[in-house]
Amino acid sequence: MSTTDDRMWTARLRNRATRALPPEQLMPDRQPAYVASWIYVFGVATLAALLIVLVSGAALALEGPQWYHGSPEGRFVNSLHLWSVELFFFTMVIHLWGKFFMAAWRGRRAMTWVTGAVAFLGSIGTAFTGYLVQSNFDSQWIAGQAKDGLNSVGLGAWFNVLNYGQMLLYHVVLFPLVLGFLVIWHVLLVRRRGVVPPFEDAPATAAEPAPAPEEVAS
Amino acid sequence: MSTLTRERRAQIRARERQPWAGEYRRYDLVKEFLAALGVITLLTVVLAVVFGSPDKHAISLAEWARNAPNDFVTTAVAELDGSSGTATYGAPYVNDPTAGQKLGPLPLQRFGGVREPVDTAQDFVLGPLSTVTGDPALRSALAQYQGASDDQRKAWTGAYADALGKAPDSDPAKVATGDYGPVPLLAGRLLDLARSGGLDGQLLSSGGFYQTDYAKPLLFIADGTYLEDQARAEHLGGDQWGMMNETGRYPGQAWLWLYPFWYQIPPFSTSDNADALVWALMMVLSLALVLLPFIPGLRSIPRATRVYRLIWREHYRTNR
Repeated sequence: MSTTDDRMWTARLRNRATRALPPEQLMPDRQPAYVASWIYVFGVATLAALLIVLVSGAALALEGPQWYHGSPEGRFVNSLHLWSVELFFFTMVIHLWGKFFMAAWRGRRAMTWVTGAVAFLGSIGTAFTGYLVQSNFDSQWIAGQAKDGLNSVGLGAWFNVLNYGQMLLYHVVLFPLVLGFLVIWHVLLVRRRGVVPPFEDAPATAAEPAPAPEEVAS
Repeated sequence: MSTLTRERRAQIRARERQPWAGEYRRYDLVKEFLAALGVITLLTVVLAVVFGSPDKHAISLAEWARNAPNDFVTTAVAELDGSSGTATYGAPYVNDPTAGQKLGPLPLQRFGGVREPVDTAQDFVLGPLSTVTGDPALRSALAQYQGASDDQRKAWTGAYADALGKAPDSDPAKVATGDYGPVPLLAGRLLDLARSGGLDGQLLSSGGFYQTDYAKPLLFIADGTYLEDQARAEHLGGDQWGMMNETGRYPGQAWLWLYPFWYQIPPFSTSDNADALVWALMMVLSLALVLLPFIPGLRSIPRATRVYRLIWREHYRTNR
């Protein structure tokens, strides 16, 4: 390829992406031998649950509220959505605790932790708006309670939990887009930095080294 | 207290950044994902078939008026009187500089401004009643009320609210005689309008054909006790960890446990600014979670607790 071609924005972006994450690193078929614990399953289980959440949510969006309140098929898909969300959080919390006890931010992996933690908080917000748009008694009550919290810090004027239309759009468009971006970023960072290695068997009193400054920007 | 030298820490950091120099093994990520997808799908379907999902229907103003007419009338009089929860709420519904929660000296609630203005007397009572046709007595009562001075209106609504409070079960039919002006008739007609279902549409309407903002009907219902009574029966009350619960025996938003937890203990449980305090605390804790790798002490917990020995027990056994 000529130098002129290499200067094309498209070529630069491709080259940068493949340098940062070559295909064999993006989808490796080997892992360090220490990746041998059930705890590692919960990360991928979280992604699997998220996929079911998205698919069942898409089915609910296709048919609409009358369908999922008023027909047996709709109520069943609504149940699938509910339980996949419960499993999503169950697996994600175990994944989070597992990564905490591994101190998985070590070795330039701080941003992997940060994106994962923000995705966890974003998931809470997304699920919360889901509870608000159930259009049943629970959503009525949760909206009435939640407005006090949001209003108390001045956010209720924009994040209006009593506005069904706004909450529905937050739940099916805005939050999933943000969450999807965070999850993809998080997974790409995991692939780029690899799985954190075990601690050297250090004394329990040893303080954890601070992440190097460049870890934040990674 | 650190027992590692600076040089040793640098060595550890350098090693942790490098690709693993030890043994590798086959690991099929795609197969692992598909297996996880199969198991999670199966679990989801089984849970959905066995337990289904809760769907207690929403409470309408009509249902409230039919099932708890005394509570409805008491609430309507409070809305007219300007003493209801919404009427005294402050931002973002009511412009009242003295109302609203604060975080220390900061009146955070007021910072958002009045973005959803609500005049409880006009929006919840007088406005809807003014659309009723073919009722000369109501027309006359509205004219009398709207033509009276503010002090007179306040005297009528205050006296009627007191009388309702003293009547058995707050029953309007058992209220002692007194000078309540047109207020009993207005409240009674609003009850009739609500029972017919007309008030639900009236409060939702804001001039356009399509409506999605349920702020007014929800605020009105929440000012009464009927909604809360139903919620408490479903263990959803604020002192029952309500935000994380679901109707029936369903797990709900269990991941929110820390948020309602603070409301159960002092000083939050006794503070007038509990919501602002809890929100501020949760923001700090959330930030701490996100920035945990950079917080001395907290980031050392995993090494100190040695739970990692359990996670990597195979590694430590083979590398002993």
